[in-house]
Order: sequence, then C-alpha cells, then structure tokens
Amino acid sequence: MPPRPRRPRPLSVVGTSPPRLEGAAKVAGTARYVDDLEFPGLLLGRTIRSTVPRGELLGWSMGRRPRGLHVVSAADIPGRNAIALLEPDQPCLVRREIRHAAEPVLLLAHEDRDALASVAVELRERPRKAQLDVRASRSFCKEILIEKGNLSRGFARADRIVEGEYTTGHQEQLYVETQGVIAVPEKDGVTIYGSLQCPYYVQKALVELLSLPPERVRIIQVETGGGFGGKEEYPSMIAGHAALLALKSGRPVKLVYDRSEDMLATTKRHPSIVRHKTGVRRDGSLTAMQIDVLLDAGAYVTLSPVVLSRGVLHAAGPYRCEDVQILGRAAMTNTPPNGAFRGFGAPQTQFAVEVHMERIAEALGIDPLELRRRNALRPGDTTATGQRLGADCSALPCLESAVRRSRFVARRRAIEKHNAKARVSGGPLRGIGLALFFHGSGFTGAGEVKLASRAALELTPTGARILVASTEIGQGTRTILSQIVAEELGWPLSRIEVADPDTREVPDSGPTVASRTCMIVGEILRRCAQSLKRALGRMTPRQYLAKNGPLVVTEQYDRPKSMHWDDVHYRGDAYGAYGYGCDVIELEIDPVTAEVRPAEVTAVQDIGRAIHPVLAAGQIEGGTAQGIAFALAEEVVMRDGRMANAQLTNYAVPTPLDTPPMQVEILEFPYGHGPFGAKGVGEMPIDGPSPAVVNALRHAGLDIRDIPAVPERIAGLVDSMRGAAT
Amino acid sequence: MKLRINGTTFRVEAHPLERLLDVLRIQCKLTGTKEGCGEGECGACTVLLDGEPVNACLVPVAHAEGRSITTIEGLGGTEGSHPLQRSFVEQGAAQCGFCTPGMLISASVIPAGARREEIRCALAGNLCRCTGYSAVYRAVELARAKRARRRAR
Repeated sequence: MPPRPRRPRPLSVVGTSPPRLEGAAKVAGTARYVDDLEFPGLLLGRTIRSTVPRGELLGWSMGRRPRGLHVVSAADIPGRNAIALLEPDQPCLVRREIRHAAEPVLLLAHEDRDALASVAVELRERPRKAQLDVRASRSFCKEILIEKGNLSRGFARADRIVEGEYTTGHQEQLYVETQGVIAVPEKDGVTIYGSLQCPYYVQKALVELLSLPPERVRIIQVETGGGFGGKEEYPSMIAGHAALLALKSGRPVKLVYDRSEDMLATTKRHPSIVRHKTGVRRDGSLTAMQIDVLLDAGAYVTLSPVVLSRGVLHAAGPYRCEDVQILGRAAMTNTPPNGAFRGFGAPQTQFAVEVHMERIAEALGIDPLELRRRNALRPGDTTATGQRLGADCSALPCLESAVRRSRFVARRRAIEKHNAKARVSGGPLRGIGLALFFHGSGFTGAGEVKLASRAALELTPTGARILVASTEIGQGTRTILSQIVAEELGWPLSRIEVADPDTREVPDSGPTVASRTCMIVGEILRRCAQSLKRALGRMTPRQYLAKNGPLVVTEQYDRPKSMHWDDVHYRGDAYGAYGYGCDVIELEIDPVTAEVRPAEVTAVQDIGRAIHPVLAAGQIEGGTAQGIAFALAEEVVMRDGRMANAQLTNYAVPTPLDTPPMQVEILEFPYGHGPFGAKGVGEMPIDGPSPAVVNALRHAGLDIRDIPAVPERIAGLVDSMRGAAT
Repeated sequence: MKLRINGTTFRVEAHPLERLLDVLRIQCKLTGTKEGCGEGECGACTVLLDGEPVNACLVPVAHAEGRSITTIEGLGGTEGSHPLQRSFVEQGAAQCGFCTPGMLISASVIPAGARREEIRCALAGNLCRCTGYSAVYRAVELARAKRARRRAR
C-alpha cells in the first residue's frame, strides 16, 4: 500500500493564485522570445528540404550565389550525422537516403533576408516507392505486450463479445510561436538560445553531432511561446542545423521557421488504429479486454517507442478487468516522423476505449453511465499491468461530480425529446456525451529511476534561487515551483528566484514533459527546501552566508520504496500516480452543413493538489479546447507523404468562436509522494474531450469511429440520418 | 518615410510594400508585436491603425504612413499598467504569452459593457493555443467591470 498522504496542514502559498512570475513582461510585450534577440553579425538561416517521400539524393545545384552565402551539407558534420535521442537513425542532414518529404538536406546562411531567399537550389532526387499506408507497413520500431490474467478464461466467462475499430488522425501542436533557435559560436564550442522544452536533450544531441564535450555545448532556453510536446525533440534538430551554420561561418545564426515550414517538417501526434474485442457479462461487468494498438511512427524512431508505451498503458482506460491483453506496435512509414504531443499516445488509446464503452452499453442495452459506474477503477483495484491503486484513485468521484454538475441525466432526457421533434422539423440535432479517463504522471515505469533527475536550491541574501532545467513554456513552471519552495520554507513567494534554464547553471532535472514537472521535480525541490531549512537552523540567509559562505543544496529523484516496475514484461507500477477526469460535452449538429458546435463542456479532474488553482484551471481549459478540436476540426491532409494543408488558412485550430464555455472543477485526492499531494495536470485534460464529443454524436444518432469528424467526412452520415427521419 | 507609432514619430527606410510587421520589429525595435503565421490568420501581430485592429503582417508599410499606429508597447508602457494587462495576469489569460500582445490590442477596443458573445466576436481573429479562451474572456470582463466601477465612483 502506498503511504498515507502527509497530514494536511494549513498552507499559505500553495493553493493560492499569485500573478505568474513573468506575467507582467508577457502582457507588456517586453518578454523576449528567440526571434526578438539580436547579436552582432547575426546571419539568418534557411533549410533546403527533400521533395520526395522516399528516394536517393544524387546531388544538388545552386543558381547564383550572393556574396557572403554560407552553405552546409552532411559532409560538414564534425561528429555523428544523427539526432541522438532513443535511436541514432535520424540524420541531421540527408547524405544519400531520403525517407520522408521535407527532410533537411542543405543549410544556407546569409545576413540579408532577401538575398538568402533569392538563392535557387535544385536537388537531384531519384524517387523510390514510398510506404504511406501504416496498415501495410511491416517495419515496426517497437512492439509491447501487456498481459494480465488469462484472456481465454475471460472470454469464456462473457455473455457477449463486442468488437470495434477506432482511428485518430495526425494533430499539429500549433504552438503560436514557431520553432526557432540562435546558435552563437564560442571560442571552443557553441551556445544555443532556443524556444525549447528540454535543454539537456538538445545538449546531448549536439555533443554527438559536433563531437564536443558537454561543457562546450551550452543550451539556454529563452521565453518559449508554447510547446505541447512539439518542442520536446525537434529543437535538437533545428539547434543542430543552426550550430553547424554558426561553426562553419564563425558568426551567430538565427533559424526561425515560418508557419508553413514548421507544419511541413516538424513532428505531429501519431495517427492511430485501435481495435477492441471485449467480453462482457449481461450486467455490464467486463470479463476480458483484448486491445490492439497500431501507431504510425513516420520515417524515423524519434520518441515513438515511448509514445507507444504510454498509449498501451492507458489503452484499457480507467476500468477494472482481470483478463486483459494489450498488444501495441509502432510502424514505420515514409511520412515526417511523428513525435511528442500533449497526452503522448494516451489520447489516442483512450479515445478508442471510451467510444468502445459506449458501443458495449448499446450492445447490452444498458445505460452507458451505469456501465462506467460498474467498471470504474476503485482504490485497491489493479490496472492492466497489475498496479494496485491507492486511496487517491478517484475515477468514481470524478464521474459522479461531472454527472451532477452537468445535470447529465436530465439533459440527456431533454435532448432526446428535442431530437424527436428536430428529426421531424429538420432543425439542429443535439447530443450529450461523457468520457471517463485517467493519466499517469511522470515517466513510465523505471523511466524516472533512469533519469535520476537533480534539482538544486541556492541560498541568496534574501531567500533562495531555484536551479532546475525544467522550462516555463506557458504552463506556469516558474510560478508553481516557487510556490512549492516558498511553502516548504515558510517564506513569502517574493523571496524565491528562479534561474534561467541554462545548462551551464542548472542541474539536469529531466525533460519538461510527461506531466512530471510539478509532481516529480516539484517534490525534489520540496526536499531541497527541507534540507535548506535544516541547514539554516535559526539563522537568516544573510547571517548564514556571512558565517559559512555560499550554500547550494542539491537533491536527486528518490523512488518511492513501494514502487516496482518490470520493463521486460510490462508488469507493476507503471506510474507513481494517476490523475483522473470526467468530461461531459453537449453539442449541436447543423443538419445542412454537418458542422458540429460544442455548446457546453463540463470538465472535472483530480490532480491531487492544485498548487496554483488559476494556472491549473488554465491547463484544463486549454487542454480541453485542444481535445475538442482533435475530434472535430484539426485535420492534417497528407498527400504523397506531405502535409497538403500546411498553413493556418486550412488547418483549423479553434478560434474564440469555436470554443464553448467550460465549467471546470478540480478535485484533490492527494498523492503521498507529490509535493503537498500534487499529481500531474498538463496532459490529462486532452484525453477526455475527443471520446466525449464522439459519444455525444452517437447520442444524436451518428455512428462515428474515426476522428477528426470534420463536416466533409460526416456529411454523408448526417444526410442519411435526415433521410431516415423524413 | 515617417511613421507615427504610440505617439512617437519614427523615420524609417523601407520599400512601400514591406510588411508593417517587419518594419515595426526590425527597424523600430518594437518586438512586442509577434509573428505567428504571416498570413493574417492568427492575429499575433495585431496593431491598431487609426484605432482599428489590423494584422500587421498583411499591411504594406506605405499604407500606414501618416496614420496613427498603436502597438503593445503603447498600451500600458513597459510596466503593463493598462487595466486589461493587469487583469490578463490576474486571470491567467496569458500562458505562453506569445498571442498575448495581439490579443490585448484586439481587446483594447472592445466597448465597455460588451457581452460575452460580443467579446468572442471581437477576439475571433486572435488565436490562442494555451488557454481555450475562457480565461481571456474573464480577464476582459473583469477589466471592463473595474473600469465601470471606477467611473461610477
């Protein structure tokens, strides 16, 4: 059993919502993002990319070269031509083999923008047959099998077997600030200023690429205009490019993508195909779950194995079932590599299971709400990996609260009456749908142990300075980490400073991903604060410094003793803690245009403890909006392995007019090893909206199993529904 | 060419078709105005031209000559002291902050007493990927309410 949560004590900083630390600079327009920075002698960079999805690079020719043009090709790479991450398969620049369209081939730099743009480059490419169909691909970069109990025993116990296949498309992160870095050549190395999530990932990549020791590769994160996972791995690529240009030219080089290049070339959410075969008893209890997950990894491995891991670990949803088999595979295709995007595989697999649950309820003729009540995980239950859940397992409280707040049962009845009339009159139809979900916080399984993150606190004359590589990308890292430290020290927030994430200054506290910053890094910092307090005793910081000199306290991740994980068999405690959530979405369908308008959203989420309730609600509202658009609007059109709608004109992210009012409720079921009980919050909000939307469409009479359910895809269904009514 | 920006006259050398956005950011060093898409879809580069919100990425600089231009730097100074700026911070309407200058400029011309639906329409040209907009509406409403209360006193 996990330890009991620490006895609650009155808190003075945690649980309040002070202004975010860099808020004033952001609203005044004085916050400096990478494209706002200037360096003497700055050159601008440009990337020449492959045009075919698969083939060979035979050579290239260049028209008139303006004076002062610098050109870099694969031959200029001093170290290994690979982006170091999980596998060294992705080159920084194509040497010969082309595996996807928009793959970087050549780099140019010049001080004048117009001169740079005027250079005409022609690549000689010999195209080869590309694999663009993920179902046909036989090349897998990762396979994972999770087995619990005995599947045939589970199916033998079932009264009914329900099968279904569900698919999701690509999704673009669409941070409003595009990818960008500046590389500055130094006497014996290079410094990168960049819009990025993980300074130490970039350092690791550049060390290999440039064949330099880590201390000569300095990475500084500057104010970052959103990430959502999109700035987890790609910055290593763009920083590598800028560094190569800077080292060759001997001058600082800025490489900032325009929107179209960003959408064509950088990673997206993995498309998925998930098949369910479920055994269920007449009363609704699940006896067997067989789940097959297929992700489209794209042309290189990048983070796909880990995305698949999180995907399969969430594939059974927050439900109890004794006999489970989950098989996951990530297949290679000749499309630009897919990568990290908020949720990291879990939104895809939980879309499938939650839409499937609705089909199970239909097959049995029972209320989908009752089906979820019967099967929702409770404290003491085990997940598909056999992880026994503690007292903070809050699936049922989330469900009940969302049902109550949204008046789900009454609204459902009212909508059914409304639709009976609307089907006759031809007016707009309505629907209400629900989704129950969960999300593991932190790295999977042994991941946190391997990371062995470190965080530090430095004593200052007036207080303490936080030293972490965890980045502020809009989610509030600076503010919440300061609150945690201030609370533990019993000091006002104003006494805490935060150092910029600069690999020369801060220890490696791990990447800013996986809903781990608050729960994992926050807890390490809380322990730093504890140690600092002990060291200070009754002295003030000034007295201590005068007497003993400088003080920096460093702590490392400490695995909770009760946590065990078997990475080979995928058994045990997959995550330190899970957050839980329930979304209810009510929507309206235009019978003529087939447009779907979300009308009301209720989102109830248990995050352990809201360190900063306003910022936490902001994560929930923002993630929910992205999740709704994942289901209804955001369609990446791939043509010959290339994104055909790589611009904001026809890739539809939600505007204010597309985003419904939201009612958010935060529940707090504390986790014993999170700072003041906190679990993660960043990713979970995007898990629930897409199944809730599709379940609402089902309630209105539309059988949707593939998203995005854009009007042009569902118009036929809407038409036939009207036809059936008249 | 002379440009009147935030009440100050700037002398710039620019091709008449150069984007106002580039002239503001590069020549005038007013980097608070951001570029998110360069095609008039995201609104990160919104500035006021004679009091009307426009996308600076779509405006040729010659078109702005002789007119009054307001950028985020002219809204509440380097302190961000405009009531809207304060309520944006208070309500969590600025997360990553990249759309914020454009969003604030659009919000600054929303009339007092505007209803939620009117606020949504007024901000329809400004994309925010972080907030889901709810906090933005709350911030606009709060700033308007504060102003109304001040006036009532």
